Amino acid sequence: MSIRSLTAVQLGKKIQAGEVTVREAVEASLAQIDSVESEVHSYVTICREEALKRADQVQKMIDAGELTGPLAGVPVAIKDNMCTEGVLTTCSSKILGNFVPTFTAEAVKCLEEAGAVILGKTNMDEFAMGSTTETSYYGVTKNPWNTAHVPGGSSGGSCAAVAAEECFCALGSDTGGSIRQPSAFCGVVGMKPTYGTVSRYGLIAYGSSLDQIGPVAKDVTDCAAILETIAAHDEKDSTSIGRDSYDFTSALVEDVKGMKIGIPRDYFGEGLDPEVKEAILKAVKVLEEKGAVVEEFDLSLVEYAIPAYYVIASAEASSNLSRFDGVKYGYRTAEYEGLHNMYKKSRSEGFGPEVKRRIMLGSFVLSSGYYDAYYLKALRTKALIKKAFDRAFEKYDMIIGPAAPTTAPELGKSLSDPMKMYLSDVYTVSVNLAGLPGISIPVGRDSKGLPIGMQMIGDCYQEKKLLQAAYTYEQTGSYVRPELAEAAEKGGR
Amino acid sequence: MANKISDETIEYVGILAKLELSEEEKLAARSDMERMLDYIDTLNELDTEGIEPMSHVFPVNNVFREDVVTNGDGSKDTLKNAPLQKEQCFKVPKTIG
Repeated sequence: MSIRSLTAVQLGKKIQAGEVTVREAVEASLAQIDSVESEVHSYVTICREEALKRADQVQKMIDAGELTGPLAGVPVAIKDNMCTEGVLTTCSSKILGNFVPTFTAEAVKCLEEAGAVILGKTNMDEFAMGSTTETSYYGVTKNPWNTAHVPGGSSGGSCAAVAAEECFCALGSDTGGSIRQPSAFCGVVGMKPTYGTVSRYGLIAYGSSLDQIGPVAKDVTDCAAILETIAAHDEKDSTSIGRDSYDFTSALVEDVKGMKIGIPRDYFGEGLDPEVKEAILKAVKVLEEKGAVVEEFDLSLVEYAIPAYYVIASAEASSNLSRFDGVKYGYRTAEYEGLHNMYKKSRSEGFGPEVKRRIMLGSFVLSSGYYDAYYLKALRTKALIKKAFDRAFEKYDMIIGPAAPTTAPELGKSLSDPMKMYLSDVYTVSVNLAGLPGISIPVGRDSKGLPIGMQMIGDCYQEKKLLQAAYTYEQTGSYVRPELAEAAEKGGR
Repeated sequence: MANKISDETIEYVGILAKLELSEEEKLAARSDMERMLDYIDTLNELDTEGIEPMSHVFPVNNVFREDVVTNGDGSKDTLKNAPLQKEQCFKVPKTIG
């Protein structure tokens, strides 16, 4: 078995045991990057020299007994919307094409302090706006399972990098499904924690009330270990929550006896691909056979989540992205007449079409005369959606449904019709609106061989229930690797 | 209900958004926004009378802490990212005529 086919936690154990050195692990990842990156393009920036140098430093600390955690020495990838001191952070936008942060995002810092080695920054939809990673200014990322298809988005680079074994695990961010949907498309495990669990300090904001950083991993064990490492109260993020416990790995127990699972009928109706539906219901059956109590119910309001989401996310984006003005960092246009013209030209040349579309919509719904009708209406809808979830969680430990209505679409088929792309977020956005935790785990593949993801949604702070159920399901089968990862190992590439 | 966005509205929103759109982009922005608003109007089917707008899912209040300096002078590094700088300051076009 090659080093890079190990999970992060397996690798961490071997490093602690002295069976694998950190340098060997980093070199294995870099070798895989060399062999598949031209096909997959998961990364915007690869930190080759820095990673090797850091590997030796971490090795010394492990040898000295200073780093004993599960992720010590594990090579990781970071979505390019998290600031990394001294390392280019582009948000996959032209406007940040030369931005080198002077500080590191708190979640990334937590990983570094645990001894993880950063390999590079992963590609994404520009400013996390998109569901396919095709809106990146730096080229599209391709799905490692079939490079004619998208990896999903916006954390497409992180999910593709994990699936293609170009890293052992990664961080993504999720505003409307941006971890869960690409995790589903790439056949990996991705989790969006309860809002406020992971610090947003240093995460370049898109929709601040919805954004949350989370793990992208090969299995549920890795997912729990990463979450445990990055979750913490942070006074630098005013929306950070002080939780009673930051233990997540103790939930890795094979037991769902008596767990109550709600299956929302509204998630299995029109628009859902029959193969996706079948795979998920089959997986639910597995949990039922292991003792879970499964019941169908009507969640309600599902059709209102997307319009409410796009109003709120676009409104927050238009405000958050006003900081990109060509003054303190980032792109400035070459020629301009006066200050306002400089702002306008820098922004218009620096942002891509999808970002402009959302800034325009956001500015409109916040403008006087429309604020009540659109923005406040969306916030009221959000309150109703939250209530619908509250009612569901009075009865159920978790809700299970698809992460996306289809498997990964072909490249180039989504951007021509933005509305259609927005609609594909139907199962994920309401989780962000309600601040809930959600996880996507692989539950099989369709007839084209593309992975299918099952989404499990929990009540606030109930990540452990999700991890426990996901772990229990996972025990019924082993992690399946894309051919691209296996072929490279056989020396076929 | 079909929303109609006027040229003036697109101009106005462009000013708010600090974006300079080409004629082609303006046309696209108009039709995109009309379609989105038609879709967003489905929210009007919902009775939200008496429902408080929820800006945050948890009952959080402003968080205060003492303003203690924890970092050193990072101005040199910060300025490295500036498109233009002069004498340790960000350089911008003349703002007052």
